[in-house]
Amino acid sequence: MKQTKTNRREALKKLAGLAGAVAVAPKTTGAEEALRRYLFKNGVGEDYDPFDHKWLMVIDIERCIGCGMCVRACKAENEVPRDPLHFRTWVEQYTIKKADVATGRIEGETIVRSPNGGYDGFPPPEVPEEEILRSFFVPKLCNLCHHSPCSQVCPVGATFDTPDGAVLVDYEYCMGCGFCVQACPYGCRYMHPERHTADKCTLCYHRITRGLKPACVEVCPTQARIFGDLKHLGPDDPLRTFIETKKAQSLKPHLGTEPRVLYAGLDKEVR
Amino acid sequence: MTNEVLQTAAQTLPHVSGYVYPNEQNVVWSVLIVLYPYITGLVAGAFILASLVRVFRVTSLEPAYRLCLLTSLAFLLGAPLPLLFHLGHPERCYEAMMTPHMTSPMAMFGFVYAWYLMVVLLLELWFDYRRDFVKWGRVTPGWKGWMYRIFTLGVTDLSEKALHFDHQASKVITVIGIPSAILLHGYVGFIFGSIKANPLWGNVLMPIIFILSAIVSGVALCLFMYMVLCWIRRQPVDMACLDSMARALFAALLVAAAVEGLDWFHRIYEAEESIAILKQLAVGKLFNTLIITQAILGALLPLLLLGFTLLSLTSFFRHRFAHELFPVVRRRIYFLSSVLVLIGVLAMRWNVVIGGQLFSKSLRGFTTYMMELGGHEGWGMAVVLLIFPFVLLAVFIRLFLPEKPPAGGAPTEQSRPAEAAA
Repeated sequence: MKQTKTNRREALKKLAGLAGAVAVAPKTTGAEEALRRYLFKNGVGEDYDPFDHKWLMVIDIERCIGCGMCVRACKAENEVPRDPLHFRTWVEQYTIKKADVATGRIEGETIVRSPNGGYDGFPPPEVPEEEILRSFFVPKLCNLCHHSPCSQVCPVGATFDTPDGAVLVDYEYCMGCGFCVQACPYGCRYMHPERHTADKCTLCYHRITRGLKPACVEVCPTQARIFGDLKHLGPDDPLRTFIETKKAQSLKPHLGTEPRVLYAGLDKEVR
Repeated sequence: MTNEVLQTAAQTLPHVSGYVYPNEQNVVWSVLIVLYPYITGLVAGAFILASLVRVFRVTSLEPAYRLCLLTSLAFLLGAPLPLLFHLGHPERCYEAMMTPHMTSPMAMFGFVYAWYLMVVLLLELWFDYRRDFVKWGRVTPGWKGWMYRIFTLGVTDLSEKALHFDHQASKVITVIGIPSAILLHGYVGFIFGSIKANPLWGNVLMPIIFILSAIVSGVALCLFMYMVLCWIRRQPVDMACLDSMARALFAALLVAAAVEGLDWFHRIYEAEESIAILKQLAVGKLFNTLIITQAILGALLPLLLLGFTLLSLTSFFRHRFAHELFPVVRRRIYFLSSVLVLIGVLAMRWNVVIGGQLFSKSLRGFTTYMMELGGHEGWGMAVVLLIFPFVLLAVFIRLFLPEKPPAGGAPTEQSRPAEAAA
């Protein structure tokens, strides 16, 4: 009986303490809280410590053959709508024509296309071969900005930067204002037509937190996409080789977003 | 959903020109987001016009003072609706106030809105109306009387001292209200101006342009409403008041047009990377709304009309031509100008909000905006949301700006000129 009383008293104390804490403490909106909520909701194991990793995606443009495997894998893996208006990743084809000698220009017109985001691969170029100066493919995805404008503008903090370098969206919290879609300089976000929230590349967070690679990296037949953990780089890690041997650039560096997706062999025409 | 998206894709894709990032093909911010800054601007502008009476003592505007405040209130109550209807999850809107993300300008909406509604507008109206509420409450029977009595909030002291306090308080609130009105709309401008990803929006002048155009549209709306109200009530218009409003409209329009002109001049002169696509946008997709509607019909024409009319009021003109423009001509010119300006500012909001989404951030192409007739973001909804504040205003005018004040009450500001004329 005594035991029960003590228990009840303790329980009441705890309850009062909890109520007090709820009343006094401001609601946390910080990234850490959002991340904890997200990890919990998505069933990411307790043994995954987001502070112990720093993910990085690099892309070797000269290796990309525009097969569209990454786009298909991404749509299948992440429930991305299968229509031509919504993509977490897509592939662009750049065709730069030779300059007309009389104009004195270095190069001619640049034609960019991404039919259905490159989902079905690319049809033969519309420009006759003899007129092409150079042509290449550029895979695009969330640039994992260090200073992400999308997270900055979210009015409720539903989109947030994780300590391991991803930028995620809490679908149960996002109110669907679309501000982040406007703020992303790279066109990587869209409003999900079924969820009515913002959506974007998560780096396949459900996979990488379980020791797997993102779907797009997994299926790339030419290893144009290289993915790794900067905090756990092995001596033969392709990411280490890339960083040590390639000169890499980011997209739109003048915007100060400091993207963490880097491109080797980036052409000046790519925006 | 799939059918809906595929339908959008089928409609949009044939109209995409050049290269647009795939996710940009669908315009995210619809006509409702055009209405939001438009309506908020009208609120701020109407309040600033009213403040001319209290703070800057432009007594000629006194007949329209209460109308300006009620206009501001009606439109303020209508302002959040387009935002709310646009949200993918409107039921989560309270999160923006409960757990605001402090680096987001949009998170400030709730606070700025609440401040403006509670601290500025309602208080100002209450201090201004308290004396009338007490008097009307005493003589009006039925629910209206109850309503007036409730609105007094139990403060029925009509002593000289109390009334003096009301007047002083109202003045102080107006002084606080002017920066608040500027904040209310400046922050809306900042929502766009802070988006560095978009070269049309990301611009330090954006909040200033928004504030100036807000003043322009608010003054035009008050002028319009004042004339319409007099016409409906078959009351003579107070020409001194109208001339003052026209002067304010002309001055605000001149400054707004100059600053916006400066913005474009600066862009064209600096000729940064984005200028090619912006020029194409201005003379292509936005030609009708930017060049024709906003610049020529909404700014240049009213400037000429108002400028010439106001010139006729100067002593130089009177001396030269022995007469100013006849009031009936002036009234028509003012009315026409106010309508043109209201349409012009709406076009300006369209050009910013929709125009900013029509070109790709790759700066290589254009998409298109297909507005549906029905649906929660279509023409129908837009018209309803735009008309709603006018309906509210009509109710407010009926209740708080009665043509014949309840017996024993003070005549309303609106009815004074009519009595004077009679």
